[in-house]
Amino acid sequence: MRISVQEQAFDLGAETSCFAAGHKDMGAIVTFTGIVRDLPDDPLIAMEIEHYPGMTEAALTEIAQTAVDRWSLGDALVIHRHGRLIPGEMIMMVATASRHRKDAFEAAEYLMDYLKSRAPFWKREITAQGEGWVASKSEDEDALKRW
Amino acid sequence: MIDVLYFAWVRERIGLPREQVKTTAKTVADLVVELRSREERYDLAFSDLSALRVAVDQKLTDFDASLSGVREVAFFPPMTGG
Repeated sequence: MRISVQEQAFDLGAETSCFAAGHKDMGAIVTFTGIVRDLPDDPLIAMEIEHYPGMTEAALTEIAQTAVDRWSLGDALVIHRHGRLIPGEMIMMVATASRHRKDAFEAAEYLMDYLKSRAPFWKREITAQGEGWVASKSEDEDALKRW
Repeated sequence: MIDVLYFAWVRERIGLPREQVKTTAKTVADLVVELRSREERYDLAFSDLSALRVAVDQKLTDFDASLSGVREVAFFPPMTGG
């Protein structure tokens, strides 16, 4: 299991290949990548991501360990960036490895649902019209109920 | 002494990222009452607790959490990771 909270960009292909290479006994690798999305009505100049050093790593480790245990994963990877990003840049990725695909997909969804609202990151959008903190959505909180 | 940390708009409203607070508060809620009585910017930042989350020693918890033996308390809005 690897957790990385980092400012610098990551190479999705290299990270995925490296993750997949170590698991001969795992038949399924699922990855999810989050991208900074432009806003339709108000062009996004940048997104700034603040986090809570120390707690962020601990929270991500706990979330990933829960997924590994629950779905008997062979491995899990979480990379999440912070700092200033521009539209089109990759914010984060998760990868899960399991014997069969269902577990890998479910575990990846679980990781995403939890790190949306239980990992201490806060997004701030800077647009041509101004800037402001991204509000959390009630759907994100509701998404946790299915687990 | 407890280290009190603020993130996102809580940090902006209070005007600093962290401070050391000398307190006899027994719970997070007591600490909030103490902070609110300090100055208007604190009062404003803590005016709606339903819009805030709290972590004690880097673990997400509730406002009724005990501060016994605690070193660090952080206040922040709901998280928006992913």
